[in-house]
Amino acid sequence: MDTLFQRGLDDIIKGVRHQQSSTESIFMSRVIEEIRREIKSTDLQTKSTALQKLTYLNSIHFIDMSWASFHAIECISSPAFSHKKIGYLAISQSFSESTPVILLISNQLRKDLKSGNEFEVSLALDCLSRIGTVDLCRDLASEVFILMSSSKVFIRKKAIGVVLRLFEKYPDAVRVCFKKLVESLEGSDSPIVSAVVGVFCELSAKDPRSYLPLAPEFYRILVDSKNNWVLIKVLKIFVKLAPLEPRLAKRLVEPICDHMRKTGAKSLVFECIRTVVTSFTEYESAMKLAAEKIREFLMEDDPNLKYLGLHAISIMAPKHLWAVLENKDVVIQSLSDEDPNIKLESLRLVMAMASESNLMETCRVLVNYALKSDPDFCNEILGSILSTCCQNVYEVIIDFDWYVSLLGEMSRIPNCKKGEEIENQLIDIGMRVKDVRPELVRIARDLLIDPALLGNPFLHRLLSAAAWVCGEYVEFSRNPVELMEALLQPRTSLLPSSIRTVYMQSAFKILIFCIHSYFLQKEDMTSEVSDLASKRECSESSDLATGKALVQSDQDEGFNPRESNQSYEYPFSCRYWGWTEANLDREEVIASRVVEWVHDGFSEELGPVSVTAQDRVPIPDELVLKENLTDLEAICGGVELPAPGSFSLTSPYYGESAVFSVSNLQDEEDSEPSTESTSLLTEHRKRHELYYLPSEKNKIPANDYPPANDPSSSINTNDATEDLVKLADQSLVSKRKPNHAKPRPVVVKLEEGEAAPVVSKKPELKDDLLSGAIHDILLGNEAKAASSQSNPSDKSSSKRKGKAKHVDLLDSKENLAVGEQPNHENPSSRRSKHRGDGKQKSKKSKGKKNGDGRER
Amino acid sequence: MIKSVLVINTQGKPRLTKFYDILAVEKQQELLRSVFGVLCSRADNVSNFVEAESIFGPDSRLVYKHYATLYFVIVFDSSENELAMLDLIQVFVETLDKFFRNVSELDMVFNYSKLHNILDGIIFGGQVMETSSAEIIRAVEEISKLEAASNSISLVPKTVSGWRSR
Repeated sequence: MDTLFQRGLDDIIKGVRHQQSSTESIFMSRVIEEIRREIKSTDLQTKSTALQKLTYLNSIHFIDMSWASFHAIECISSPAFSHKKIGYLAISQSFSESTPVILLISNQLRKDLKSGNEFEVSLALDCLSRIGTVDLCRDLASEVFILMSSSKVFIRKKAIGVVLRLFEKYPDAVRVCFKKLVESLEGSDSPIVSAVVGVFCELSAKDPRSYLPLAPEFYRILVDSKNNWVLIKVLKIFVKLAPLEPRLAKRLVEPICDHMRKTGAKSLVFECIRTVVTSFTEYESAMKLAAEKIREFLMEDDPNLKYLGLHAISIMAPKHLWAVLENKDVVIQSLSDEDPNIKLESLRLVMAMASESNLMETCRVLVNYALKSDPDFCNEILGSILSTCCQNVYEVIIDFDWYVSLLGEMSRIPNCKKGEEIENQLIDIGMRVKDVRPELVRIARDLLIDPALLGNPFLHRLLSAAAWVCGEYVEFSRNPVELMEALLQPRTSLLPSSIRTVYMQSAFKILIFCIHSYFLQKEDMTSEVSDLASKRECSESSDLATGKALVQSDQDEGFNPRESNQSYEYPFSCRYWGWTEANLDREEVIASRVVEWVHDGFSEELGPVSVTAQDRVPIPDELVLKENLTDLEAICGGVELPAPGSFSLTSPYYGESAVFSVSNLQDEEDSEPSTESTSLLTEHRKRHELYYLPSEKNKIPANDYPPANDPSSSINTNDATEDLVKLADQSLVSKRKPNHAKPRPVVVKLEEGEAAPVVSKKPELKDDLLSGAIHDILLGNEAKAASSQSNPSDKSSSKRKGKAKHVDLLDSKENLAVGEQPNHENPSSRRSKHRGDGKQKSKKSKGKKNGDGRER
Repeated sequence: MIKSVLVINTQGKPRLTKFYDILAVEKQQELLRSVFGVLCSRADNVSNFVEAESIFGPDSRLVYKHYATLYFVIVFDSSENELAMLDLIQVFVETLDKFFRNVSELDMVFNYSKLHNILDGIIFGGQVMETSSAEIIRAVEEISKLEAASNSISLVPKTVSGWRSR
């Protein structure tokens, strides 16, 4: 009596609709409990109704139903069609490869595939196409093969559809079904052809080469068919085949243009356009026609057509810019379209049109437009400006001063989230373009002193670039003190520590620069060395002498820039009055020398390093890379804050310094900048012996430090060997870009290594199997095919058909290869030739092997 | 290949979900939410294409149509033509309209199983199999007849056996 009181699906639907959102979950859990009880019933009607309710809840309310998989199998084995149907729906909705009971459906599927009722067969086919596993596909391949010859179109087309799943899961099925599949291509407008072409479209997307021999068949369909669905699929197949066989294009262009002219279906027109602009770009007349049709799309009111039109132009743009220029008006107008797709597409095209001559104007308009746009589109605009401008090492940019100020302007747009990109470009331009550095420093200064920017986390990376630029090119700064203040302003506490590290580093560089220029100034007026000046210097030098290195004071966050700057201008404290004159002189010389070393170190220019440079350095044999790098944390901490007094600069020179002459100083200049960093490194090495290579010799680091923790700056030379530096230098010297006709600054460019290395793609194993099988079939590897076939009666028939097919293929292939012969003007006569009598076929089949061999 | 067919009402409630790839229910729910999130923010007079790769992974496209209170969505890959997919939505809706005689959201709510019959008549394992409304309806009506017949057969002996067992 269960059935009488069981709630049906409609009751559940109504029930759910009447629930408030608060009571819904209670109702739902009650219903599921009910289902769990009912589904165990021995009465199939009760069981299937419960399953149907569960399937509904699964698909609409996303309730798990994996626990009911066995009950679904019980339902499909019911003799009643309605139960079967509910069961199959449940299975295709909830089963996966990992469902434990999935193999149990194999027998029931076979039974239903053989059923006399076409709808039962259809249910089973549908189920197989959705959830077919390797085992299921292997077990049922022969049943599907039989159904491919079914007299009912309804069944036949679905059997063909299932073949796709069979091939994917069980490539050996190709040996059974492929010939049948190819045969089904005959005729041009039946639903069967539509199904087969669909299957081939999917297959050729994965491995086009295997289906190249079928090109004549597809060509015939392209010419004969009136069905837009079929034509679209055939075009999709040809897009895949055309690059493999250059002769195809010549034959295809005419019929495709024909369709483009005649058809009224926009979908087909668009597919033709897409085919032409992706595959037949060298056929000018076809391109012209496509451009014409695109223009029609653009003129339509329908935003879909407009969008697709713009999309098609953007496919053409890289090689055929004229197509964009012809439609310039529409493109620019579309930039303010309300449709986001259209806006994006037109933005892409606007950037494609950008050239040396119009770039400034374009960018100005776009940046102004970005200010008014919504945040998303604003960033799209900024992103596309950035990516366009940096293409081919800033190829389009002539006036770098302008571009750098544009970068500054873009950073200030409130919605800007492109900090990282701008960061990279600021540093990159700084390194590559010497002439722009003064302007770059000016822009960086403006960014640094703006306290508002510190609050926007998207711009932090950008600020680190600005800080780096200021430190690196401080000699172009008009007011280093101001930079110092900007770098050390209290609000820098808002920055993450990695970026503050860069700030500190830059502050130190600026400090060194200031002291150094002070010394230079002083040297000029050696005759009038005043007491005050020497005392001033004394303060600095004594710091050094007592081991309080400059580096250290710089890394101390409490370090007050004002103090040091003041010492530059006013008499300093009187702490050092006690020093004798002689002492002062000596200290001063040391101090000036130390400052000079550091300064020389910093003034060494950094250049871009090729991405492959690292690869060219041979890996030492002894090098053992420690797998677990977590210990590195501790070391990195150590780098940032070395223990006070941990290294001494003076010891090697202290004794000698008294006898140093000016000439001596000059002589040693080359070797000495590195000494300072060497001692730093030695100290580091002492503490972290483990991570160093045993050899001492070639470990002198490059004479400058890039921002310590700045991962994106492409100048990680901190551990670079001399070899690396040399290599980079060489490549820089030899590969400078020749000067532009206009007064464009030199842009340092590395020709090799800037492009990412090309990775060769490996085909998937499964596709390999599949294509291998198809090759076997197309080459007439009959023995193999036959051996893997289970059904002897099938074997003979398919063998015969197979042979016939080979002849056809070869025959038509020859037609295609001959080229311009007007054969295809009369497709019907050609087709009758295809279906020639057996004798003709057997004659031809002798040449089969040779023919195929030649083709490949 | 078609990856998914979804019908969602303007409140974000699913009326029909069909995923041709095997996906966990949680994933299905998440996808549905993301799709609705994008759709409901779009104006009415804009194009019917939505960038789908961020939701469905690489090589996915999405077209949708908005009818009254329902969004009809198809997700597919590069083997299908965008405009043809829009036509397919049209075919689906026309078929529903003919079958239910002026289809409304309520028909969609209460005819869960018929809805699947119609959709399965059009799309088979992710491939378009039939685009003629008349053909689809013919098949669906046959199926309904079969279902009714099998139900009545199963009901009679059951009631009888029910009586006897008393």
